Amino acid sequence: METKNIVLMGVGGQGTILAAKLLTSGLMEAGYDVKMSEIHGMSQRGGSVSSLVRYGDDVQSPVIEIGSADIVVAFEKMEGLRALEYLKPSGKMIVNDTEIFPLSVIIGAATYPENILEEIESKVDLRVMAATKMAEELGNPKVMNLILLGSIIKSMALTDIDWEAIIAQNVKAEFCQINIKALHAGIDAV
Amino acid sequence: MKLLLTGNEAIARGAWEAGVKFATAYPGTPSTEILQNVATYEDIISEWAPNEKVALEAAAGAAIGGVRSLCAMKHVGVNVATDPLFTFAYLGVNAGSVLITADEPGMHSSQNEQDNRNYARHAKVCLFEPSDSQEAKDMLKEAYTVSEEYDMPVLFRMTTRVCHSKSIVECSDRVEVADKPYEKDIRKYCPLPAFARGMQVKLADNFKRLVDYSNTTPFNYIEDNGADIGIIGSGVAYRYAKEVFGSSVSYLKIGFSYPLPMEKIAAFAKGKKTVYIFEENDPIMETEIKAAGIDCVGKEQLPTMGELTPDRIRQALLGEAPQIIEANPEMVLPRPPTLCAGCPHRGVFYELGRRKDLMIFSDIGCYSLGLMAPYNATDAMICMGASISSGHGVQKAFDIKGDHSKKVVSILGDSTFFHSGITSLIDVTYNKSNTLTIILDNRITGMTGHQENPGTGYDLKGEAAPEIDIEAMVKACGVKNLISIDPNNLQIVEDAIEWGLNCDGPAVIITRWPCVLKKFSAEDKKEFPTAFKTVASVDLEKCIGCKKCLKSGCPALAFDRANKKSGILKEPCVGCGVCVQICPKQAIEVEVR
Repeated sequence: METKNIVLMGVGGQGTILAAKLLTSGLMEAGYDVKMSEIHGMSQRGGSVSSLVRYGDDVQSPVIEIGSADIVVAFEKMEGLRALEYLKPSGKMIVNDTEIFPLSVIIGAATYPENILEEIESKVDLRVMAATKMAEELGNPKVMNLILLGSIIKSMALTDIDWEAIIAQNVKAEFCQINIKALHAGIDAV
Repeated sequence: MKLLLTGNEAIARGAWEAGVKFATAYPGTPSTEILQNVATYEDIISEWAPNEKVALEAAAGAAIGGVRSLCAMKHVGVNVATDPLFTFAYLGVNAGSVLITADEPGMHSSQNEQDNRNYARHAKVCLFEPSDSQEAKDMLKEAYTVSEEYDMPVLFRMTTRVCHSKSIVECSDRVEVADKPYEKDIRKYCPLPAFARGMQVKLADNFKRLVDYSNTTPFNYIEDNGADIGIIGSGVAYRYAKEVFGSSVSYLKIGFSYPLPMEKIAAFAKGKKTVYIFEENDPIMETEIKAAGIDCVGKEQLPTMGELTPDRIRQALLGEAPQIIEANPEMVLPRPPTLCAGCPHRGVFYELGRRKDLMIFSDIGCYSLGLMAPYNATDAMICMGASISSGHGVQKAFDIKGDHSKKVVSILGDSTFFHSGITSLIDVTYNKSNTLTIILDNRITGMTGHQENPGTGYDLKGEAAPEIDIEAMVKACGVKNLISIDPNNLQIVEDAIEWGLNCDGPAVIITRWPCVLKKFSAEDKKEFPTAFKTVASVDLEKCIGCKKCLKSGCPALAFDRANKKSGILKEPCVGCGVCVQICPKQAIEVEVR
């Protein structure tokens, strides 16, 4: 099979790295060759953070070229716009409908752009997820990342993998149930 | 057993499998996680050294003493470690020793982009270059065999993409390697000129033997696809080339890249229409291959700066531009890194930024961010420890010129002070300088993701360790004017800076407050019982929308443009109180969470 490309894009602290870890673990268990690349270092300090996941029969490069992602999942609205260049023309974008202000907005030097979703929708196939709100309703805003992971799994037709086992292997026992619930909520929402 | 590992995790696994017993490092992106992972193996003594020179010296000592040793650092760290490296190459090893250099093509979080493969040539040590996690593990094990067989430390070049990308690794068990007996041998271990000349000859002889190794090792292999175009590639650049060209060209994959397998290269190039060299950054293989009289194409067409990613290869060699769906660039605001909400550096940079009579020489760490808006405080930075010594030089220049319009403030963190600030501070006192040094002691090594250091009271394994007293150290360096302060109290910070600038002779201010992201030790809990247990909020009745609080640069603040009022995000706010003190209308209150 041709190598598939998934981009997870967010802001430091949003849980993109755990989502990518679960995703890649599941893909490996399913027998795919997998590579994943992330750039971190200063991401704890409010920067953009991206995880690039590739899987297939034989994956060479750990990075995803611009214009070649099958799916881009943005954990924050403006990050969706930032990651748009990764998407191939026939690709799909999922955006979590939440805003995290960069410092320029916080200090009043800039305004957070309006109509981001309209801008994305005018260019690509977009699905908007209210993942942050859904996570709050589930009782833990942090599991937003698992809801978005669920949306990736459904969109990429990967639901046959035993994700509950993958979560159990990688998440502390006390948080397993809520994470599994969030994953299914994400799968069902797409 | 198959595991999905980053290159750094694979190195740790490889060290364990290879029977390594001693490992040491100074943290630095992208190398930091190597030692953090090595430390999870009980069979390996794992240490944070105060700097890279010390780390390499300790690793050299362990190898001489008779156990396999590993040392890891970021590319600029190797600059610090070059003094021992060059002579360690002369001495050779007893048990094997490997130095890992984690280079940063693309400068994702570094101040320069140097190609440390040059050091293999310069220091005369052989060199491995893995291209993914499996190779990182396998080559590391091989590197120990080579180190012992050819009696030299081995340089091992990782790059950010190899360090931080995950791929599948087939793992095996640890091989218990017999410790080597230590025998006194001054002709081997004492490089007096008379002996060093002999060592030089021995090293050259070992390199001659290594040429044969390079031509025969399975880590340098040909993938013959019957094509008349050939690619010679090393590191992740080889993977990128395969991504672009697949089986349409033939490959010579170079895993052991110094000395180069020139016979194999000549045989590969023979009959090919064109041979391309794929290597990230400097044209090192290319220069040597051309010098051997073999025609090839490299940096004439491929970039020397940044990563050699597939899109850049397509652009450079195929003239293919990717089809990009572009976002309206005006709608994508940058997200520069910022000091966290509750960062203990905030108060210091807020006060420093308000003054116009300072030349601020900063250092490598989170406080590098002091140059950004809204502080705009920092004037210059070079490398670890340079804040104090380069600051000293600037002050001398000002004094020589009789320019008293600005005075130098040097600013650095606790771990950086231990790394190389101490000798710099001695330079200041010994040479009768009069700079003000501010040591931001946040009780941890922050920027690289929270590593213990000699001032925290804990070691890499998480065990209690002697806590080196920064105040006592500063005094011992000859500093007479010293105070320690709470950096969250702006009046105290302002007064301390004013005091320090007016001291006769050099002055030092130590701030002591933990990093907001630090996992508190029992001692931290005792020393800072109130830290981060509060939250601030804005009284909208009192707020006049003057935006003065925003000058703190705190990411927990949010200004409501419609209502012209400040607000505070409850989630990130830890109630440090800096904005409370800035507000001219006492509109911000702090309460217990």
